[in-house]
Amino acid sequence: MMVHGEIWTAKELFVYPNEYIYWSIQIVMYPFMTGLVAGAFVLSSLYHVFGIKQLKEMARFALVFSFALLFVAPLPIVLHLQHPFRGINVFMTPHFTSAIAAFGIVFFTYGAIVASELWFLYRKHFVEVALPLKEKQDKTIGEWLKFILFCTLTLGEYDISEESLKRDHKAIKILAGVGIPVACFLHGYAGFIFGSVKANALWMTPLMPVIFIMSAIVSGIALCMLTYIMTMEIRKFLASRKMTPTQRFQSKEDLKGVEVSVVRMTAKYLLFFMVFAISLELLDLIFRGYTAVKSWDVLRSVIYGRDFTDIFILQYTIGNLIPLILFLVPGLTIRRTIVGVILVLFGVFMMRWNVVIGGQAFSLSFAGYMHYHMPIIPHDWETFKEGLFGAVGVFILPFVLFWVIAKVFPVFDLKESH
Amino acid sequence: MNRRDFLKNTARVVGGITLPLTAFKIINPRELLASTGDKTKVRWVFLVDTYKCVGCGMCVRACKLENDIPYDAKVTRTWVERYVITKDGKTHADSPMGARDGFTTSKIDLGIDGYEDIKNADIDKGFFVPKLCNQCENPPCVQVCPVGATFQVPDGVVLVDRTWCIGCGYCIMACPYGVRFFHPVYNTAEKCTFCYHRITKGMKTACVDACPFGARQIGNIKDPNDPVTKIIMTERVGILKEEYGTKPQVYYLGLDREVK
Repeated sequence: MMVHGEIWTAKELFVYPNEYIYWSIQIVMYPFMTGLVAGAFVLSSLYHVFGIKQLKEMARFALVFSFALLFVAPLPIVLHLQHPFRGINVFMTPHFTSAIAAFGIVFFTYGAIVASELWFLYRKHFVEVALPLKEKQDKTIGEWLKFILFCTLTLGEYDISEESLKRDHKAIKILAGVGIPVACFLHGYAGFIFGSVKANALWMTPLMPVIFIMSAIVSGIALCMLTYIMTMEIRKFLASRKMTPTQRFQSKEDLKGVEVSVVRMTAKYLLFFMVFAISLELLDLIFRGYTAVKSWDVLRSVIYGRDFTDIFILQYTIGNLIPLILFLVPGLTIRRTIVGVILVLFGVFMMRWNVVIGGQAFSLSFAGYMHYHMPIIPHDWETFKEGLFGAVGVFILPFVLFWVIAKVFPVFDLKESH
Repeated sequence: MNRRDFLKNTARVVGGITLPLTAFKIINPRELLASTGDKTKVRWVFLVDTYKCVGCGMCVRACKLENDIPYDAKVTRTWVERYVITKDGKTHADSPMGARDGFTTSKIDLGIDGYEDIKNADIDKGFFVPKLCNQCENPPCVQVCPVGATFQVPDGVVLVDRTWCIGCGYCIMACPYGVRFFHPVYNTAEKCTFCYHRITKGMKTACVDACPFGARQIGNIKDPNDPVTKIIMTERVGILKEEYGTKPQVYYLGLDREVK
């Protein structure tokens, strides 16, 4: 009879009988996805709160994307649970000495902030769509549905005078400001889940929440940049295909592609947070080596031996160093940015991997090791959801959601925006 | 509604909610229990005499059968570890199948690395250490459970509610002793309960009854006449992984510094 975790765990030397890699790929995905949510939100707030004008284009986009990601963030945990349908118990009997128990409260608070900020941001748009439809006679079924949807979204508030829009603007600023600490808390607390496990020698450090927040912002900005560039390019491509050659020649100016200045500005913030994240991670590593407590022997053998490729090659070199150079070399181009942000995203993913899987790479006995073999081809529900397919599914879903949500909250082509 | 009314109503609602909440705090069951002075007279503890253990694995078999843990599943509520310390100062340890079948070979189980044969002449010392849940006074597993499905009863034993556990595995991660696992059938967190269903009826645990050498004993530390209490109070006993601050309640006689 197979025990949960047995199928992907290989034990080496002395490991306690009940030890397996219980927290697998979905627990890697959980901080990765929440990190993207928090990061995207912080990026949008940079414009709304601190008024960094160059990020205007990105801000609206990042907020909508953060909203799409938000729905996916709890999914990895649910997929990981042995009893997914009991997940609701966390809201029914939250046991507040547990870090996970606060999830419901933090998550819904954050969700409410993002949703209300979006509403203020798009209120004018809702009214502008709903009003002409209201007056229009003999609506088609599609128009009826659209009318009902946008009518509901206005929440009965049709005042879009100059004055009320000003108030909206103020509300957005406040919400974005309140949202930054909440977003950091949402993710810092994911770091706390790991950092507070005293039984795990690799996880237990008070730096963990801060490291998680910094790398979260890095990954969020990187994903927003990537999606922004991709969407712009796809739009440009689709638009140019629809037009005749003469039109294409004429309307080159109308057809806005990626703005290099926007990308360069965002890249600067990406770099800033990346340097922070790397410094903290290195500080943690140096401190562990210098203090060399009881667990250091086994940690050293994991960090510098067994997981050397995962940590130093994949995470630090490919995921941090190379993108750092790519962004620092002057004259940043779009193509270079795409390569850079993909590597950054990969680096942050590897960081999550090295924390979650790396933290279980050694036994509690400090005298044995466990190796993780992620299920690739699923042969039952468990190897599907806690395998490659489950993880890829979780990663793709926010893009699909974004595509749907962007139909209601248009990210581009808004003449006037906040 | 104008601003003044709004603020007034808000104050009323907030006040209305907080008042019953403060009342709720007054009837906190824990404080009530403490104030009535009805303190429990039992605190279960365990005593392992490692000098007496021969690694036969009778305790592991008895536990699996008593507590409905699938016999061939590679998880167990209690297990026995073998330690062999060689002349070169190296420690070799293993626990094949949790020692369910005892130690049938002198070769050390290295997991995926196969087996290591150790010559008798190279051995300095060797011994067996039975392990089980330490029923900690400060249990980290209870602290981290997000839904309160695992809890400590007043007599010190930590239990799991199989009908409420969501299977997140946080308690398994939080236990420094690795005693927790997922039950292969119920898919909920599972652990040694000191055979709570037996000890509360005046019986001994299954492993204590099964041990032919008296290496395992269970007792009540609050009873000064209990033989286990007497040994713990008068002899030199050790506990496992003290540095985690969990205050484990399984005491060991003859604990070696090499025990992991």
